[in-house]
Amino acid sequence: MDQQQLRALEQRCIQEEAPECTAACPIHVDARAFVGHVARGEWSEAWKVLHKTMPFPGILGRICDAPCRQRCKRIEAGDPIQIGELERACVATPPPRFHVQPLSSKAKTIAVVGSGLSGLTAAWDLARKGYSIRIFEPGTKLGGPLRSIRDRRLPEAALEEELERLSTLDVTVHLSVDVEPADFLEQCISENNAVFLSLENASGRNWDIARDDAGWIIVDPMLHSTRRAGVYGGGRPSMAGLSPVWQAAEGRWAATSIDRFLQKVSLTAGREKDGPYKTRLYTSLEGVAALPRVAAADPESGYSIDEAISEASRCLQCECLECVKVCAYLERFGAYPRKYAREIYNNESIVMGMRQANKLVNSCSLCGLCERVCPEDFAVQDLCLQARRSMVRRGKVPPSAHEFALQDMRFSLSERFRLVRHAPGRTQSAHAFFPGCQLCASSPGQVKRLYRHLMEGLSGGTGLMLGCCGAPAFWAGQEDEFHRVAEEIRQDWEALGRPRLIAACSTCFRMFAEHLPEVPTISLWQLLEENGLPPSFASASHRPLAVHDPCTTRPYPAVQDAVRRLLQRQGIPVEELSLSRDKTECCGFGGLMQNANPDLSREVAARRARTSPLDFLTYCAMCRDSLASVGKRALHLLDLLFPAPDGVEPATRPRPGWSERQENRARLKDSLAMELWGERQPAMQAYERIRLIIAPEVARLIDRRRILDEDIRRVIFAAEESGKVAVHPRTGRIKACHRPYRATIWVEYSPTPEGYVVHTAYSHRMEVMGGPRR
Amino acid sequence: MKAENVSPEDLQWVCRKCNRPLEAGTVSVEYMGNQFTTELPTCPGCGFVLISESLALGKMAEVEQILEDK
Ligand code: SF4
Ligand code: SF4
Ligand code: SF4
Ligand SMILES: [Zn+2]
Repeated sequence: MDQQQLRALEQRCIQEEAPECTAACPIHVDARAFVGHVARGEWSEAWKVLHKTMPFPGILGRICDAPCRQRCKRIEAGDPIQIGELERACVATPPPRFHVQPLSSKAKTIAVVGSGLSGLTAAWDLARKGYSIRIFEPGTKLGGPLRSIRDRRLPEAALEEELERLSTLDVTVHLSVDVEPADFLEQCISENNAVFLSLENASGRNWDIARDDAGWIIVDPMLHSTRRAGVYGGGRPSMAGLSPVWQAAEGRWAATSIDRFLQKVSLTAGREKDGPYKTRLYTSLEGVAALPRVAAADPESGYSIDEAISEASRCLQCECLECVKVCAYLERFGAYPRKYAREIYNNESIVMGMRQANKLVNSCSLCGLCERVCPEDFAVQDLCLQARRSMVRRGKVPPSAHEFALQDMRFSLSERFRLVRHAPGRTQSAHAFFPGCQLCASSPGQVKRLYRHLMEGLSGGTGLMLGCCGAPAFWAGQEDEFHRVAEEIRQDWEALGRPRLIAACSTCFRMFAEHLPEVPTISLWQLLEENGLPPSFASASHRPLAVHDPCTTRPYPAVQDAVRRLLQRQGIPVEELSLSRDKTECCGFGGLMQNANPDLSREVAARRARTSPLDFLTYCAMCRDSLASVGKRALHLLDLLFPAPDGVEPATRPRPGWSERQENRARLKDSLAMELWGERQPAMQAYERIRLIIAPEVARLIDRRRILDEDIRRVIFAAEESGKVAVHPRTGRIKACHRPYRATIWVEYSPTPEGYVVHTAYSHRMEVMGGPRR
Repeated sequence: MKAENVSPEDLQWVCRKCNRPLEAGTVSVEYMGNQFTTELPTCPGCGFVLISESLALGKMAEVEQILEDK
């Protein structure tokens, strides 16, 4: 990822865009944060938010006409939040202490003619920037026009208190000045570096300055410059109207222009968001109940503290987070894609130091739901997959992330499982059945029944291909290895005379569709549906089931439809989950999440399981097993279409452990080879004959540690051959290790006449290079 | 990883080949291109090194994690 790609990604995620209220506010008060503080009764925090943006919170907070209300999101579910009233309630509470620290003096003076809100704001902003301000007020008191506000909302004392704050800055006030003569303006221009005209009540009829047809001084609506160089203006009733916040805003924009004019920099650059603007923030109102505004018991004095708090509590705290709401992974890491893009970029560019985002990169299930729900189509899965590939290229993948899954894949591609055959007695195959590694691992019996069924039900010969589609390598970002696997599958397919592949697993189906486009592939479910297989058995009043679509079927509605039609044909009522079909959720296995972050994977499965009390029906062996492993009653579609003859309740079948999964595959291959093609099983290797005795709780522990019985046999076999073991003199137990791949596996065991009792097994990746010999 | 990697329990084990109890010894270990030495229970005769369950799942796993993220 380069800087430019990073910025494009950051741009795409709109979570940090302003909410409507802030975007609509002419001076962009952070109304969301303000209202949030009010809702929690944090008055001095609320004050501080106002202070950050408002020139005189004690004034504006009392009289703001709150144009933000018109765009508040709450309108779509009730009345807008009464932000103006909340500001009024806030500034009625005791203000916290503020300290204003102006920038160092710029040794330039600016004349402010008139002291309406625009003039006061310009004076305040410019004084804080280090300019010397001279205010010329025609009336007898500062803030003249404000004093004529008949509104009881702005008491004299509050006004005085706020204006007092100008005295802490370099501001000189001249009262009762006759500003009307023509030479007054000329004098201001010649004696100061710039002039601001506060036009709320000064008309300057005699001034030499360009006017429009109606007689108003012409002021540029954006820069607030007049037609005289160095003279700016704001608060003109025909522009700002009687809107106090608009008057303040005009003073602020003019102050920005004056500052830039005096600094001799661009007046216009980067000012697109000076006034109200359109925000890109998206906020869903799904599930938000409509609520009317809170009415003040006494409208004259405004909200009481309690009334303000309950009004503020209606605020939606607008934000996007559409993706985070539906993804436990995005939630777990505490931020959102815009931030994650930056973290992943930093992770890649780091030379020395800790790569904090490795776990972030490797934990995503690559399910693609984020992209589907994001109003801007942000695809976190692409970001993570690219980052994994880059880690692989730079040799920076932590072995713990994917190694076990890759080993498991290599097993499935080895002679222990791989098998490519035409149907017995045939030399041609119109179809070849590709059951996939996980279905064979989870229910080998069903694969057998299904294959027999396909051989009988389809014409033209149905061959068999046992193997793995290479998805683990793809997910791990191991591009070379994945391409090797894909190429092998292509060659096997060629060897069978280019049959149409029947994929039982939606991941295999997707891998072939996306990476082997020349290989015609059909999903098992579509094939069964099209061929009327198996014949309907119209089960008598089946309980309704909730369909869980595997996340790899997301782009394939035809597969999802076929499954529903199959269920319908069998008379099984289904219920749609709220997140299904193109919005389905991952079961926690996808993208190797299960390997890189087992805890998170369980949480994802458990969260999915809770979305319906009904039994789940799915059509991916891994989805079924993941759900079953968190105690969810879950069926595989094959459990319904080709029920096991033994009548075992399939919904509660436990997920087979890792060892069992490999053994199931190996045994499936051997028995099919024997029964269908009469091929003798290869002789057992010596180590395979080692008998293990493992108590159930030890077996569970070992499975969680992803240690296979096969590994344990190898350890014991090597130990008994070499004698390199440690013995405990009191218990007679033995400890030995072996390093079959990039992990050292230790077993503590006791030999008995019946076999080897395994007490525990554990592993580490660090390699011990050997101890000293003395 | 220092001497605390050797627990009294570890030193109760005996090397079967040499029939000698294990002792704390300096051993070099390697992970992801990083090599370092540490004290581990070893056989003074043949150099057999024992890694206990608590060390493998505790301290060692921690160090592995740190080195993986480096
Ligand atoms: S859905 Fe997620 S990625 Fe998309 S804009 Fe919202 S927060 Fe950002
Ligand atoms: S609901 Fe709250 S955050 Fe959203 S626009 Fe209204 S005031 Fe702002
Ligand atoms: S787990 Fe799925 S929804 Fe979550 S970030 Fe990854 S691809 Fe997106
Ligand atoms: Zn020894």
